[in-house]
Amino acid sequence: MEHVRAFFAAERGDDGKAVGTSLARSDALGHVTGQTQFYADRQFPGMLHLKMVRSPHDHARIRSIDTSEAEKLPGVVRVITHKDVPANVYTILRLIQVEPNDEPVLAEDKVRFKGEQIVAILAESEAIAREAVAKVKVDYEVLPAVFDVEEALEPGAPLVNEYHGNNYFTYEGHHCRRVRHGNVEKGFAEADHVIEERYQSSPIEHAPVETTGCIVVPEANGRLTCYSNTQALFFTLDNAGLILNVPFQKLRLIGGTVGGGFGGKVDVITEPVAMLAAMLTGRPVKYAYSREEEMQVSSPRAAERIYIKDGVMNDGRIVARQVRLYVDAGAYSRHSPYGTTKASAHMPGPYTIPNVSVDAHCVYTNRTPSSAMRGFGVTIGDFALEVQMDKLARLVGMDPIAFRIRNAYRDGDMKAHGELTKGAALVETMQAAAQLAGWPLSAEDTAASSMKAGG
Amino acid sequence: MAKLPLIFTVNGTEQAEFVDGDALLVDVLRDKLGMTGTRVGCGQGTCGACTILIDGAPALSCLTLAVSANGKDVTTVEGLAMGGTLHALQTAFADGFATQCGFCTSGMLVAAKALLDRNPDPDRDAVVDAISGNICRCTGYEPIINAILAAAADLRSAKSA
Amino acid sequence: MALDIVRADSVGQAASMLAGDDGARFLAGGTFLVRAMTAGDVSIRKVVLSDGLGLDRIALGDTIEIGSAVTMAQVQAEPGLGFLHPVAESIGGPAVRSMATVGGNLFARSPYGDFAVALLALGASVVSEGADSEASQDLEAFLSEGPKRGRIVRAVRFAAPAEGAFRYRKITRKHPHGASVLSIAALLPVSGGKVSGARVAYGAMAPRPMRAKAVEAALEGTPLDAAAIAAAAAAAAEGTAPEDDPQASAWYRRAVLPVHLGRLLSGEES
Repeated sequence: MEHVRAFFAAERGDDGKAVGTSLARSDALGHVTGQTQFYADRQFPGMLHLKMVRSPHDHARIRSIDTSEAEKLPGVVRVITHKDVPANVYTILRLIQVEPNDEPVLAEDKVRFKGEQIVAILAESEAIAREAVAKVKVDYEVLPAVFDVEEALEPGAPLVNEYHGNNYFTYEGHHCRRVRHGNVEKGFAEADHVIEERYQSSPIEHAPVETTGCIVVPEANGRLTCYSNTQALFFTLDNAGLILNVPFQKLRLIGGTVGGGFGGKVDVITEPVAMLAAMLTGRPVKYAYSREEEMQVSSPRAAERIYIKDGVMNDGRIVARQVRLYVDAGAYSRHSPYGTTKASAHMPGPYTIPNVSVDAHCVYTNRTPSSAMRGFGVTIGDFALEVQMDKLARLVGMDPIAFRIRNAYRDGDMKAHGELTKGAALVETMQAAAQLAGWPLSAEDTAASSMKAGG
Repeated sequence: MAKLPLIFTVNGTEQAEFVDGDALLVDVLRDKLGMTGTRVGCGQGTCGACTILIDGAPALSCLTLAVSANGKDVTTVEGLAMGGTLHALQTAFADGFATQCGFCTSGMLVAAKALLDRNPDPDRDAVVDAISGNICRCTGYEPIINAILAAAADLRSAKSA
Repeated sequence: MALDIVRADSVGQAASMLAGDDGARFLAGGTFLVRAMTAGDVSIRKVVLSDGLGLDRIALGDTIEIGSAVTMAQVQAEPGLGFLHPVAESIGGPAVRSMATVGGNLFARSPYGDFAVALLALGASVVSEGADSEASQDLEAFLSEGPKRGRIVRAVRFAAPAEGAFRYRKITRKHPHGASVLSIAALLPVSGGKVSGARVAYGAMAPRPMRAKAVEAALEGTPLDAAAIAAAAAAAAEGTAPEDDPQASAWYRRAVLPVHLGRLLSGEES
């Protein structure tokens, strides 16, 4: 592998020694000997198994819950419903002022997606817990459901998440994240060509080989130790403390060893209820997703729908870009309000465009709540942007890399959300990639630089 | 219901346990014998994280009743290293970045061992077939395939040395 | 869970253990049965083990007999069953193949059961034993009637196919060794330059392996030329009832079936 040092040499002290060298992973030896300890690689005498009663419906009111048959089953130690949860509503990012709280730990009067947690069964064995789950009777009134982001925003659409009062997250009084720069209508009027395209992605499941789970152990000193494969130990600590109404120092989180996260293990779902179960029973509790639960219930990457309308000149300059973006958050916020903000900030892509308008909506539907995944908030937007760039290049008859160099942002350019471009390297990256791929560039494109203001 | 005897060899050592009829071999290895290197990823026989060897042949311990292992010779990832020296596969995986989160690694190593034990000079297709029952979500498989080929080459040259 | 594990001294004894006990099952490789147990099937209360019952033998000759406990790996290791190697090899990875049995595959539901698809094309019969008697039943009838409590499959039997008469293809999304989008097995003996005794079977095109009788009729008596292959492709979907599952939708299966059938018949790569 070649380590290219020529670019930006003046901006960098060249005393770094790690880049370009091969460093062994600190955990490699543990992995290849099987010694790496994942959360489930521990034995605790008297450990109870938690299995969850889940909604079979996409959207339904809960009329009643009858756990009496389940409680009678020998080996069932405790049954936990919403009544047992000290603070039953939360949202993961509440501690950074993302509000309102909009997700129950255990469903109270309504379920909003297929697989939502309702009743937790604690039993001496997994098999008994599963059998008891089947014996819980929930009386539902099935409600109409909505699965499409634009349909969810139509007047008269079923209301998914009452905590918001409508099917979108409100950003400081607005129905979407908005970016405004220049005047796109004026830009479209001046453009030689105007095109609009629609892009759509589906939810993507991380499918880690290790399923989500935790083991919680009540300690003799009154603390709870939670062994978890979460990627977000501090989110877990903070939210669990608030949900359980206990001081944070009562909780001890041990983890950081994740059998595949990819952003799928950042939602604080299993730990609070497992901790509550450990508190109520005084025994260690294991709550592990089965493979089915991992695929169906754990959060996927959000599906997104993105409309991009561009005005472009014959010489290749994009003069106006209007983006309407819809993130399918599913039934609850989780991290989607933040992801949608990221998506809006990522538009219009690494290009200098004088007129930009972005409306990025975080929409609630009756699908599995979505959350983070590699390149959270950005990856799908990039897919849409770059396919669009190729279409534009073809439209004006330009080479796709030359088209991008033409529009790439340079240091000193004003970005659509009001920040000056600084430290841009897109042009050089494309030049290096073109060289590696043997893709011919014009002399002008070969000489282009991120450090000189562009068009 | 009375428990059933299970007497078998694990990584060369005889083990004796009393198990329930429905106990799975993977749970006996992990929970009773404390060998947590064999992992459970799906419980359906699809991911291969639970791969072990029974009498030298690869098997899925999450789909094997523990009592089926009576009298058999079981090899797990813990049995690859000999007296503190890593198996060539383990070194190759570590050196070749064929392991990231580590969860699939045990199963991959055991599947690879089953291959090299009967075919010391596999081509790439044979390696791909050998790990075709093992899912990895991190590496994209290339480093794993390369590590197995490298280990095979190492073992062949060590043998001829 | 209190699961009773029992061993039998003979197939007949095993069969009587199963007869009249709804909670009893015969355990071969376990790839379906143990999976059902761990998924929470509480109806399984007793398991009869199949080891030591002599069901793992292969007999070659003009009639081939494969014991029900023969694994895919054993089929792969038997040189005399070379024409079945592509079938055995297509079923799961190496670990599954060490466990999965010929007998077990007869009970598989779509999208599994590809070995049974091959046997259906080969015109196999199923030899079973009950507490009282041994019986032989055409595989097609066995599949449509479903398992009979108290009978255990001993073996499958079929006439050894003529050299080159047997063809097989499995279409998957995951490569290698994913579960079937569809599989096709065809026995196309040729006599005097014409197809004589065509048998074609599909996997994953119905809840269980099925015969493609319209395709057989389109090929019978033809020289297997372009016209015959076109006629067969046109009749490909007749009688099929594919399902939606994680491998493929019913629509997709129906759409690609004629293409893959055409390629199998003309010898093209898929």
